[in-house]
Amino acid sequence: MTLLFTQSFTGVSIGAVLLLIALGLSLTFGQMGVINMAHGEFIMAGAYTVYVVQKGISGAGTSLFVALPVAFLVAGAMGVLLEWLLIRRLYARPLDTLLVTWGVSLVLQQLARDIFGAPNVQTAAPSWLTGAVPLPGDLALPASRLFILILALAAIGALAATMRLTPLGRRIRAVVQNRDLAKVSGIPTATVDRLTFFIGSGLAGVAGVALTLVGPIGPAMGTNLIIDAFLVVVAGGIGRLRGAVITAFALGLLQAVFEYATTVSTAKVLVLAGVVLYLQWRPQGLFTLRTRSLA
Amino acid sequence: MKRLRTHRVLASVAALAAVVSLPACGAEVGTERSGASAVKPVVSADAVKVGLLNSLSGTMAISEVTVRNSLRLAIDEINADGGVLGRKIVPVSEDGASDWPTFAEKAGKLVRKDRVAATFGCWTSASRKAVKPVFEKYRSPLFYPVQYEGMEQSPYIFYAGATTNQQIIPALDYLKKEGVKSLYLVGSDYVFPRTANKEIRAYAKANGIEIAGEDYAPLGSTEFATITNKVKASGADAVFNTLNGDSNVSFFKEYKSAELNPKELPVVSVSIAEEEVKGIGAQYLKGQLTSWNYYQTTPSAKNKSFVAAYKKRYGADKPTSDPMEAAYTSVYLWKAMVEKAGSFDVEKVRKAADGVTYDAPEGKVTVDGETQHIEKTARIGRIRGDGLIEEVWNSGGPIKPDPFLKSYDWASGLS
Repeated sequence: MTLLFTQSFTGVSIGAVLLLIALGLSLTFGQMGVINMAHGEFIMAGAYTVYVVQKGISGAGTSLFVALPVAFLVAGAMGVLLEWLLIRRLYARPLDTLLVTWGVSLVLQQLARDIFGAPNVQTAAPSWLTGAVPLPGDLALPASRLFILILALAAIGALAATMRLTPLGRRIRAVVQNRDLAKVSGIPTATVDRLTFFIGSGLAGVAGVALTLVGPIGPAMGTNLIIDAFLVVVAGGIGRLRGAVITAFALGLLQAVFEYATTVSTAKVLVLAGVVLYLQWRPQGLFTLRTRSLA
Repeated sequence: MKRLRTHRVLASVAALAAVVSLPACGAEVGTERSGASAVKPVVSADAVKVGLLNSLSGTMAISEVTVRNSLRLAIDEINADGGVLGRKIVPVSEDGASDWPTFAEKAGKLVRKDRVAATFGCWTSASRKAVKPVFEKYRSPLFYPVQYEGMEQSPYIFYAGATTNQQIIPALDYLKKEGVKSLYLVGSDYVFPRTANKEIRAYAKANGIEIAGEDYAPLGSTEFATITNKVKASGADAVFNTLNGDSNVSFFKEYKSAELNPKELPVVSVSIAEEEVKGIGAQYLKGQLTSWNYYQTTPSAKNKSFVAAYKKRYGADKPTSDPMEAAYTSVYLWKAMVEKAGSFDVEKVRKAADGVTYDAPEGKVTVDGETQHIEKTARIGRIRGDGLIEEVWNSGGPIKPDPFLKSYDWASGLS
């Protein structure tokens, strides 16, 4: 019973990590159709932000909360720079975008190596995030995982609110649904693109901050995450936030079950095979965006 | 008596004639038979070349650069002290680039083009296996500085790191002594952990230790919540950890989150040295155990000067670790072998190797000529809050290397 509970929570928390790393991508790839292979390096930038902030602010708890908005801005700014320098010239050429952003990801990894050194770096976690939160009935939940879950839910809430309630959100949706029509309606599509990319990349930075609590912080950390992020967005249905949320938690739970029943290696294979089969049945993913555009 | 001598001389002349005439009848056959592929090192009156073959780029660069640093330190020290047999050591640098075919190619270049007297380097077992046929073909020696899974012996490799019975078995002996009855095995999914765990299982069976579970994660995997839950639920007394690289970071962070602690459920690691502790965070590792032959804190006079020299040259925040020390020591061992042989000739150096000793930072080490491994002292260490590792137990003296575990009855079915 205890095990069932902790294992379900593990599944949910794996889902929360997946959601955080995929959330930004569901905007840039899902909404804008940009295959950004450097997304993982924006996550890395967020993680290194914690490291840099901790050089200035000693309190592990304070620095974590300072690092959250800073990482959002840093990664977001990197995203805007990337969009402005390269991606906007390649909107009609998705395959070129893939190659270019992959190149950018390699450049960013090397930059991180040159600035911070090739070995992993460590950040201090606040003491209230390194233990477990006790629950009634001899149960306990890892505090770091709980924090990531809350952060993921907060991020998705903020993003959903932005998309639904703000003028910016309306414009983003308009551009996604029909770019030409949005343009003739007077929406500055280029500016909207840049803002979308800013938010999407910024969310990657936030994910990076969260990952310092559970994983390594090093130049290559992004490459381990990018596949999972694309997996969630593709299986969830391109352009649908709801799809990404449900898929992230479903994949997390599946992974936890398979890992428990078999081994981590086998679980990875099974989850991947499951997604492949699922996409055979529903090539558009969990949710599809019905638009009037011909594309 | 005199006639006999004449006969001998005649016979020798005849034999010589036969040998000389052989290449004439078939040059190819001659090459194959006499092993003419052996490349003699080129040594000038005042210099001798050695090869340094480490990954300076790619994923392994993190670790291998530290080995390169200590190799250079040893070479410069020896040169400042007059060199080897009156000759300065001239290092030829090659980058293996974390890519095994590249290692083989560069090894060939060092031996055939540069004609080095010896090569120092390689880290992963995969790179060692890739260069092994090259060094064997051209009959040139490689000094390998890292602990490995054992079950190997090559006439042209000197293994300066620990083999299984100098690292893993002492760790198991220590756990048994501490009263561990049940062990959980966690490792990365590749050859070293799988081989090591096979050996651990055989040991456990013979020593009445139960294996509570065995789990592998792909290299680079960073999701350890489930494995931690399994470990927690298994009721094991200790965890034997053969994870490598980034996975260690996630594993120990998760371990702490699950409120597991080294007092109740210690983790013994064989791939975490001082450098890795820095990348994971001492906060997460404090109190956990490691098994090596050397720590920065090892109390020997030689180690004090080694650590001081290293820090002076590469930075005060740079720790020294076991593979770095083994690499440093291997250069001095080669020097001692050459001086004992009185020659740089590879076969003479190999013959002289047995019994060569050196007062290394880890303590006195001796070359075992039969296996070309090194007799080393095993040391179990506990990770401190400041990121260094302090010794809690040692084997009391150097352990004779036994790469094929021939002297252990329980290991009879393994090789």
